[in-house]
Amino acid sequence: MAKNDWPLFEVFIRSKQGLDHRHVGSVHAIDAEMALTNARDLYTRRGEGVSIWVVASNDIVASNPEESGTFFDPAEDKAYRHPTFYEVPDDVEFL
Amino acid sequence: MSMNAPGLTEDQRNQAFSEYVGDESKVEPKDWMPEAYRKSLVRQISQHAHSEIIGMYPEGNWLTRAPSLRRKVALLAKVQDEAGHGMYLYSAVETLGVSRDDLFDDLLSGKAKYSSIFNYPTLTWADIGAVGWLVDSAAIINQVPLCRCSYGPYARAMVKICKEESFHQRQGFEIMNTMAKGTDAQHRMAQDALNRWWWPSVMMFGPPDNESKHSAQSMAWKIKRHSNDDLRQRYVDVMVPQAEFMGLTIPDPDIKWNEERGHYDYGDIDWTEFKQVMAGHGQCNKQRIETRQAAHENGRWVRDAALAYAEKKAARKAASKVAAE
Repeated sequence: MAKNDWPLFEVFIRSKQGLDHRHVGSVHAIDAEMALTNARDLYTRRGEGVSIWVVASNDIVASNPEESGTFFDPAEDKAYRHPTFYEVPDDVEFL
Repeated sequence: MSMNAPGLTEDQRNQAFSEYVGDESKVEPKDWMPEAYRKSLVRQISQHAHSEIIGMYPEGNWLTRAPSLRRKVALLAKVQDEAGHGMYLYSAVETLGVSRDDLFDDLLSGKAKYSSIFNYPTLTWADIGAVGWLVDSAAIINQVPLCRCSYGPYARAMVKICKEESFHQRQGFEIMNTMAKGTDAQHRMAQDALNRWWWPSVMMFGPPDNESKHSAQSMAWKIKRHSNDDLRQRYVDVMVPQAEFMGLTIPDPDIKWNEERGHYDYGDIDWTEFKQVMAGHGQCNKQRIETRQAAHENGRWVRDAALAYAEKKAARKAASKVAAE
């Protein structure tokens, strides 16, 4: 009855200059141009954004949670990448 | 151990999942989740989305007859927000692997459930005040705890929705307060609207705890944070002083401050009425679905035109690319 099968687009909004675009949700649209106007109507009814990105959901490549253990493993045993790893004497300032 | 770890048995995953949500960690779309958790969320979020969509009709009924331009633009913005809330929620439920078109079909065919409150008619302009004040206040009390729901996309949608509900509630209160303090006739209209909307609003929190079939599991999964009766009590406690402020009387002779409990006592709720409305026998169930179907049909040419335009544009682009080569 309702079938449109219009593709899904993920919506990213920059709330003000100087900040990153942030994922806010998704819209269905025939094409990217319509996705932009739909996203504007849906996600910026109160001036929530100064810039919008839309990207077809199918085009997003994501890491797999099942593999996140091994995928992120390389960084896990490298405590020396954090400042807290290093010893600093109490009486030294500006470190 | 993570519920996502490879090589786990179903039982181990279930166990890991319970601990994970028990620790207040958030579940995201691609995480492993028990099928019953997924189903429960699909049911709850889609019913919530449908309620926002059907929720446009009782108020849309008065858009062309709003008493002033100020009231009209405010009501129009509110109805647009309800549509927007429906879209945020459909967007959230789609992350659980269901299609929006299927959800639309369920609503259009009358199969889907939505909040019983929207099956009551808005008879006078005062009803628009009553809906904004009573129904949106109830919605806020129901929805604020959902901002901390264990399912990330639902929680994030609820944060956006709750920010917007506050204006709905205030515009309703303003209408109600203006009428309650207006002429005698206006005051009577406000009181009459309160008389008709009070009990259906109190029922919005769902069946009493001992009869609510999904509550215990939803609370264990941190989808739900407070029991139906706790939320209902909070609602009564908030609304009674507001009604008093406006000089209106809540149509429940048993409402009385209980010093010992620190809450207002209230009378018995007629759950037969609630069940009747949920079963499709409310005053407006049939009308709401027919209106929704008509809106969908009447919008068909817009969707067809948009599709034709997009195809024409794509064809032109392809042709100019060929010409350039």
